[in-house]
Amino acid sequence: MIAHAIFFYVFSIIAVVSAVMVTVSKNTVHSVFFLILDFISISCLFIMIGAEFLGMIMLIVYVGAVAVLFLFVVMMLNVTQQKNQWFISKENSNHIPIGLLISVIIFFELIIVIGGWKYKPELFDQGNLSIVNDVSNTHSLGMVLYTDYIHIFQISGMILLIAMIGAIVLTFRQREGVKKQSYLKQISRERAEGVEVVEVASNRGVKIDD
Amino acid sequence: MEYLDLIFQETYKILFLLVPVLVSVAMIVWLDRRVWAFVQKRQGPNVVGPFGLLQSLADALKYIFKEIIIPASSNKIIFILAPIITMTLALIAWAVIPFGVDQVLADINVGILYIFAVSSLGVYGIIMGGWASNSKYPFLGSIRSAAQMVSYEVSIGIIIINVLLCVGSLNLSDIVLAQKDMWFVIPLFPMFVIFFISALAETNRPPFDLPEAEAELVAGYQTEYSGMMYAMFWLGEYANILLMCALGSILFLGGWLSPIEVYPFNLIPGALWLIFKILFLFILFALVKAIVPRYRYDQLMRLGWKIFLPLSLTYVVLTASYLFYFNLLPIN
Repeated sequence: MIAHAIFFYVFSIIAVVSAVMVTVSKNTVHSVFFLILDFISISCLFIMIGAEFLGMIMLIVYVGAVAVLFLFVVMMLNVTQQKNQWFISKENSNHIPIGLLISVIIFFELIIVIGGWKYKPELFDQGNLSIVNDVSNTHSLGMVLYTDYIHIFQISGMILLIAMIGAIVLTFRQREGVKKQSYLKQISRERAEGVEVVEVASNRGVKIDD
Repeated sequence: MEYLDLIFQETYKILFLLVPVLVSVAMIVWLDRRVWAFVQKRQGPNVVGPFGLLQSLADALKYIFKEIIIPASSNKIIFILAPIITMTLALIAWAVIPFGVDQVLADINVGILYIFAVSSLGVYGIIMGGWASNSKYPFLGSIRSAAQMVSYEVSIGIIIINVLLCVGSLNLSDIVLAQKDMWFVIPLFPMFVIFFISALAETNRPPFDLPEAEAELVAGYQTEYSGMMYAMFWLGEYANILLMCALGSILFLGGWLSPIEVYPFNLIPGALWLIFKILFLFILFALVKAIVPRYRYDQLMRLGWKIFLPLSLTYVVLTASYLFYFNLLPIN
């Protein structure tokens, strides 16, 4: 049990420290790397409490896909490094009250949720959540997701699909004057229309149109 | 005292796995160059040792004695971390590969997800190396590679779903045991082909080696690396290729199972069968490298998103409907 506790503290300290470093570090790319470290240590914590499926999905989705895109955008933006630290600089201090407000709201929300779950369990509908210990994590998650919560699951999938289509529609623009390859056209070209023998008159030349 | 015992035992096991993997990575580089040479009617490395077998060892010695150059304008910590991450990630994925019944270092429930997660982390070594070099070509190479690996991961993930539908478990040993009657390469042959091509793209092998297309990008993300750090990128890359071959043979070619369960084949231990299958896939990788020209970048993206993704999604629907209709779904 001691080893378990040691690992827990190591991972949670890494998680907290890197979460702080995300906001504090001056270089934006470094912040993203700390964010990735945070994700990884949180997925380690997930695995430690036995939620191995969640931990792996966290790694695959957040670290393997979302953070890569984050890193991509941040690297491309070429954000100039801030000279002053955020908590000293005068000109950048107007966002601090808003940030504090949001963090206080999130803090109280978390207190309400966790406190309610701890001390008023009857408020939360756990009646049809039967936790079976002898099947694997993935199995029991599937049993819940695809039976009791199938509609919510499908609706969230639909919302994600709509969001994806919306993002594509918003960023898609038709550019004029771009020459595109048409594979069908290329493959279906015959010799007769591909090659043309032109009789070139001396001193005249030919005009080749494109 | 118990913990110490446990730690020693596990270290012993890990060394017993890692040392053969590293040695075979060195050997596989030699094999790659030999196959490549034979296709082009050359000899390949044949001077150092019998058949040139010790060529990789000589190369490694050369790398060790070369100077490690760290560019002055680079981001030093990340620059040094990048090859370490590539190498580590390529090696830790081997922990869940089963070489036989119970011959596995970590027999975890979500083995296939673990391999998938680790291989999707592999992109960070390349991005970090490219960005930290603070130079044009490495940066362009790393951005290309990130886009490429993320796109092909999607199709690999969906191909894995195909296999998982037939197995009903995420454990790699279960996946192998489910192929006792028939290897998945037979019913899922189109998926095997797509998996093979996606694995080429995922490991940046030719014809998809755009991140290090030497005609355009010098050597891509490796341009600024030298000495042992370059060698670590290189080792990590080949360990990843071996891992993809192992994954392919576990998912489709029946892992450690022998092709026919009759007398002379029964005597060969399962681990050897797995090694034969990995070698078979690797020789295919090497042949592809020798005979196929490099793809253009937009063709690569088109292949990944417009052809492989719809094809593999359709096949998921097909597999699921077939299994459902004939009541073959593996419900445990």
